[in-house]
Amino acid sequence: MQNFPSLNTNTDTNLQSELSTLNLGPTHPATHGVFQNVLQLDGERIVSGVSTIGYIHRAFEKISEHRPFYQITPLTDRLNYCSAPINNMGWHMTVEKLLNITTPKRVDYMRVIIMELARIADHIICNGVLGVDTGAFTGFLYMMEYREAIYEIYEEVCGSRLTTNVGRLGGFERNFNEIAFAKINKFLADFPKVLKEFESLFNRNRIFIDRTRGVAPVSVEDALSYSWSGPLLRAAGVDYDVRAMNPYSSYEDFDFEVPVGTSGDVYDRYLVRNEEMWQSLRLIQQALDKIQKEDPTIFHADVPEFYLPPKEEVYNNMEALIYHFKIVMGEIPTPVGEVYHSVEGANGELGFYLVNDGGRSPYRLHFRRPSFINYSMYADMSRGMLLSDAIINMSSLNVIAGELDA
Amino acid sequence: MGTLNNEILLQQFTAQFGERVKFVGEPYGLVTVETDRNQIIDVLTFLKNDAQLQFVYLTDITAIHYPEQENSIGVIYHLHSLVHNVRIRLKVFLPEGDVRIPTASVLWNGANWMERETYDFFGVDFEGHPNLVRILNVDDMTVFPMRKEYPLEDPNRVDKKDFYFGR
Repeated sequence: MQNFPSLNTNTDTNLQSELSTLNLGPTHPATHGVFQNVLQLDGERIVSGVSTIGYIHRAFEKISEHRPFYQITPLTDRLNYCSAPINNMGWHMTVEKLLNITTPKRVDYMRVIIMELARIADHIICNGVLGVDTGAFTGFLYMMEYREAIYEIYEEVCGSRLTTNVGRLGGFERNFNEIAFAKINKFLADFPKVLKEFESLFNRNRIFIDRTRGVAPVSVEDALSYSWSGPLLRAAGVDYDVRAMNPYSSYEDFDFEVPVGTSGDVYDRYLVRNEEMWQSLRLIQQALDKIQKEDPTIFHADVPEFYLPPKEEVYNNMEALIYHFKIVMGEIPTPVGEVYHSVEGANGELGFYLVNDGGRSPYRLHFRRPSFINYSMYADMSRGMLLSDAIINMSSLNVIAGELDA
Repeated sequence: MGTLNNEILLQQFTAQFGERVKFVGEPYGLVTVETDRNQIIDVLTFLKNDAQLQFVYLTDITAIHYPEQENSIGVIYHLHSLVHNVRIRLKVFLPEGDVRIPTASVLWNGANWMERETYDFFGVDFEGHPNLVRILNVDDMTVFPMRKEYPLEDPNRVDKKDFYFGR
């Protein structure tokens, strides 16, 4: 099953061949987190490697067993913190599936907007940093300004920027205001020009192509065998996208394409992510158009037993206060059930496996974190690679440290 | 997209394994079956290699602990047939004193880390695993923290009150 090359290190019998050990990480900027890889090097070529994730375990799954559903949302924020809203909404949709809550179309479209903005924000970082790791800082600087623009949209929608905690069971805590829509429209107007410029900076750049094309190619068989998902799997040539295959949040109403690569190398992963940003822009534009046709006052489902009442009412109305308390403390009975729900996170299939026994908190909650699963191939695929390529390869995997752990 | 649905899937299962695989239910549309550790590799191999079913994608492996049950540790597999877009959930329950199960890493390389994580948190011994060591916790840890016998501490414990710390 292993298709990766194994190196014969004794090619030259006249010279005494000696392997050196290198700790790649955990504190090198190019390792993007606290990942340690102990590599055996023959010159500059990697003979073997062992990956350690680092003891960063935060026990989210355990903590979830002691928290009501609402209090789990902030934990999901901290999985992939580069695109926190996707995690939030994936979690809310999982609980909605358990509780049989149907959301109004306008809520679905609002979610699509926020999730696609999050995807763009995540890809901006990944592709920007890929440029940095090849020695080109400019693209990163151009693009980061627009991640900031996305954070400002989050701020307008929910009041926070990085770990957004956005959303409620059944919808949003508040409606999108005019300023939010104005900011989204401005982003849609401005970002394509920058993305185009970014592409013209890299797509045919000789240095960039030399550093990325043909580097760390992954076959379809290997990608599937390692359970890869997201842009990495698609770059290898499998058109698996949860949004298209198991549509959630009304993705079936939208017209978008799933970009697929051919060779699965670093360059293909870059191209797939770039194309996904274009598709996300398309999706956001369509969602904005669709929202125009819906009732502008609706921003959540009518499920008073699970949707937190507005704060003004909680302060002035006894019924609302009681409901607020009951929801927050997990006093309202929930059905016994077992749900697996997945969404297309920015770097792959983000799954939630929830077993509920009707108590205050999930009996068991497991997060299928795409980064954790994607990263498992890294040591194997580095074998035979040059050290400099291993660095580029790592940034193209887009491993987010928060997602390794759960 | 193919024509596989839950009904056909179950028929295939019954034809192949008969009583050795037990149908548990279809919670939220996802076929769930239970088997035992002697069958699990056969079942997974059948699901992966069968020309019609083609469950080539291992979505996830995890575990669950029911301390009150005789077979208390359950290992849970989620598979996905990308061709037909059908998922299936498999469960194997193991007695607490003898938590052994053959490794699925002979079928999928991705199972390697998923099983290491499951071992780390539930102490499931995946027999034949190439490198069954802890992955997220420290190596010299002796317990398996996701088991139910290790509850989180009570947040209302009085010795955690601020005034005990001079605040």
